[in-house]
Amino acid sequence: MTDTPRDRDTDDTDDTGIPAEAEAPAHGGAPSRRALLGWGGAGLALGAAVAGGAVAMAGGGDDIDPAGADTGDAVAFHGTHQAGIATPVQDRLHFAAFDVKTTDRAAFVQLLKDWTAAARRMTAGKAVGDGAYGGLAEAPPDDTGEALGLKPSRLTLTLGFGPSLFEKFDLGDRRPEALVDLPKFPGDNLEKSRTGGDLCVQACADDPQVAVHAIRNLARIGFGKVAVRWSQLGFGKTSSTTPGAQTPRNLFGFKDGTRNIAGTETDRLKKYVWAGESDGTKWMEGGSYLVARRIRMNIEVWDRTALQEQEDVFGRDKGEGAPVGKAKEHDAPFLKAMKPDAHVRLAHPDANGGITILRRGYSFTDGTDGLGRLDAGLFFLAYQRDPRKGFIPLQRKLSASDALNEYIQHVGSAVFAIPPGVRDADDWWGRALFSEEA
Amino acid sequence: MRAVRLSVVTAVAGATALVAVTGCTEKSDAKDGDAIQVTAADSTCDTSAKSVPAGQVTLRIENKGSKATEVEILFPDDRIVSEKENIGPGTKYTLTAEVKAGAYEVACRPGMKGHGVRQKLTVTGGGRTAERDPRLDKAVADYRAYAQEQADATLPAVKTFVKAVKDGDLAAAKKAYAPSRIGWERTEPVAESFGDIDPKVDTRADGLEEGQKWTGWHRLEKALWQDKKIGATEKTLADQLVTDLTDWQKRVGKAEITPTSMANGAKELLDEVATGKVTGEEERYSHTDLVDFKANVEGAQKSYELLKPVAGKNDPALTAELDKQFAALDKLLDKYRPSTDSYDFTSYDKVGKDDRKELSDAVNALAEPLSKLASAVVK
Repeated sequence: MTDTPRDRDTDDTDDTGIPAEAEAPAHGGAPSRRALLGWGGAGLALGAAVAGGAVAMAGGGDDIDPAGADTGDAVAFHGTHQAGIATPVQDRLHFAAFDVKTTDRAAFVQLLKDWTAAARRMTAGKAVGDGAYGGLAEAPPDDTGEALGLKPSRLTLTLGFGPSLFEKFDLGDRRPEALVDLPKFPGDNLEKSRTGGDLCVQACADDPQVAVHAIRNLARIGFGKVAVRWSQLGFGKTSSTTPGAQTPRNLFGFKDGTRNIAGTETDRLKKYVWAGESDGTKWMEGGSYLVARRIRMNIEVWDRTALQEQEDVFGRDKGEGAPVGKAKEHDAPFLKAMKPDAHVRLAHPDANGGITILRRGYSFTDGTDGLGRLDAGLFFLAYQRDPRKGFIPLQRKLSASDALNEYIQHVGSAVFAIPPGVRDADDWWGRALFSEEA
Repeated sequence: MRAVRLSVVTAVAGATALVAVTGCTEKSDAKDGDAIQVTAADSTCDTSAKSVPAGQVTLRIENKGSKATEVEILFPDDRIVSEKENIGPGTKYTLTAEVKAGAYEVACRPGMKGHGVRQKLTVTGGGRTAERDPRLDKAVADYRAYAQEQADATLPAVKTFVKAVKDGDLAAAKKAYAPSRIGWERTEPVAESFGDIDPKVDTRADGLEEGQKWTGWHRLEKALWQDKKIGATEKTLADQLVTDLTDWQKRVGKAEITPTSMANGAKELLDEVATGKVTGEEERYSHTDLVDFKANVEGAQKSYELLKPVAGKNDPALTAELDKQFAALDKLLDKYRPSTDSYDFTSYDKVGKDDRKELSDAVNALAEPLSKLASAVVK
């Protein structure tokens, strides 16, 4: 990320994690003229910028493109960082975790190259290989075809390596220290079929068909070398990485995570999200660490919970999303005004020594669970520079005392090292891990 | 096992479907309208002409041998253009067929079995027939022979099964059930290409169309394992199974098989595994799914091995991958049988969810590159 239009000189709260800055165009809810000009240009209406998230940043972090989310444009695939982390959050998700089935390192490296080539084409809105039609009549086409005629829809594909991968290819000495196995948290009820994985691919797009197409084609290219272990569809992003956008609501009807890091906040991204030189793993520089959790929500129970209780659980009001005692969503919360076990009070950076993660979670509903209850919840995705300083201490605290625990359960879990971005047409996902000397 | 027939392999109605080519000007040693004399004996098959104009071709056959014989006109891939079975010693028969220009063979099969004694027959005329790599014709011919062998070997196994059913011997019938299906499962795409046989012999309860009577293997499977009884209906159905499979055995030679249909047929066998066997749906009462599974893989492998000389030259990386994946799947399947000489496999209800996933992954790993075999063959 080299050139950020939004000036950060007014932000003096960055390191302390004091909120009100992250999602708001400027302090106090009134956007500064400078911010507006920087993002949308003079002609861009304030209302659009605030409400719709109409300003968007394309690229893996290097290229700034004021193209809006609804134009269906392509997000640049190449960059210092992988796209799909700081990129403005798209509306839809298809996430898949894979088991590696081959022990042949060369075959696996070839798969990473094949996947990179396919991802490069799909994120540009092109079909895989020779396309979905026009080829040999007797053979299946290279591309499955369901995304034909659809726009790129800001598709991003983000690849990650799970801890178990490093054992499979005898890469133990290259496993980053930060890529720890997550501890068992109180209340976890993890299902094996929704947990772990040697690899993951996060596909985000504004069109669900585009996201599903991408994972489907990668899975197909991978048959014999990798097999899908589990996957998750998501809709209704529950967080935003776009400055000025309102925080979307989760399935409980609440805004959560308003203090999220915006894709434009270079400094906070560098501090909390991107792995750096000093972290000790050279091949991970510019990468990040992803924690994925499938959080089931007891929707029916929640829905018969009194409004006051609901608001107490979150520490926000339901209408505006303002913290207890405040008027606006982005107003700085007064934590002590909340109940001691309120979710915001426990999760807030101020209560956690400044711990900050970048959230990209999505809501999900996977039909019903056989007991007539909605199988629904939050597919939580958090990017951070080091899970030992990010998700783990935060979740330790939440799992012990969060009032929300009565209404949720963590049923799936995985952690991945997200390597840096694919730099150019000759580069491929994971090259630094598999090519360079340790 | 499916009600809908597979698309790739299609049966031809018969020799009459072939269009006569007229306007021939090329010189032939048999004149238009002249019959070819075929003299069949126990080890010879003499023909009076090696070439003939396209159109109606007549063979005047005389069996001078000591055994009944069968005479056929064959396409290069061994598909039958026209045939006459059971020509007794000392008897004569006139066989006619509409034949397009191209290369053919006349075969006499003394004793009505085996490869027979062959003579080349060139049919001349306007309109060139597409040349095909002779290695591919050989692959198709060999595969047809394999399909025939499987059908021939299936009938005795089916009769053993049927006898046990008719004897009311539940234990013996259960034991003979899965082995009776192996030949069928190995060559299922060919068998399914005759759209009428498959619904009679291999339909499951959920595959029945409205008003369709449930017959065949799976109906008997239910009687043996679920109802645990053999009644008069089952005995009648057992006889019907022999009748229907005899029909199949007789028609294998006429199935239209092409190099690409062989390649795609191999992939379809894996698809059968992926949709019916891995899930345990196919043999839901007997749980002998792994026997079918193994037979499907063997049949796919046979197709593949026959096409490999051509495919391997066009796309060596693909055949290397297929060799690897076939070996991996075989190895995985061997975990489920006490001995590789035996077709006794672990009952599928004893195969857990994780193991089923492992089998499913291995099937996908093979089926995906196998889907590229057809294009490697015709490159």
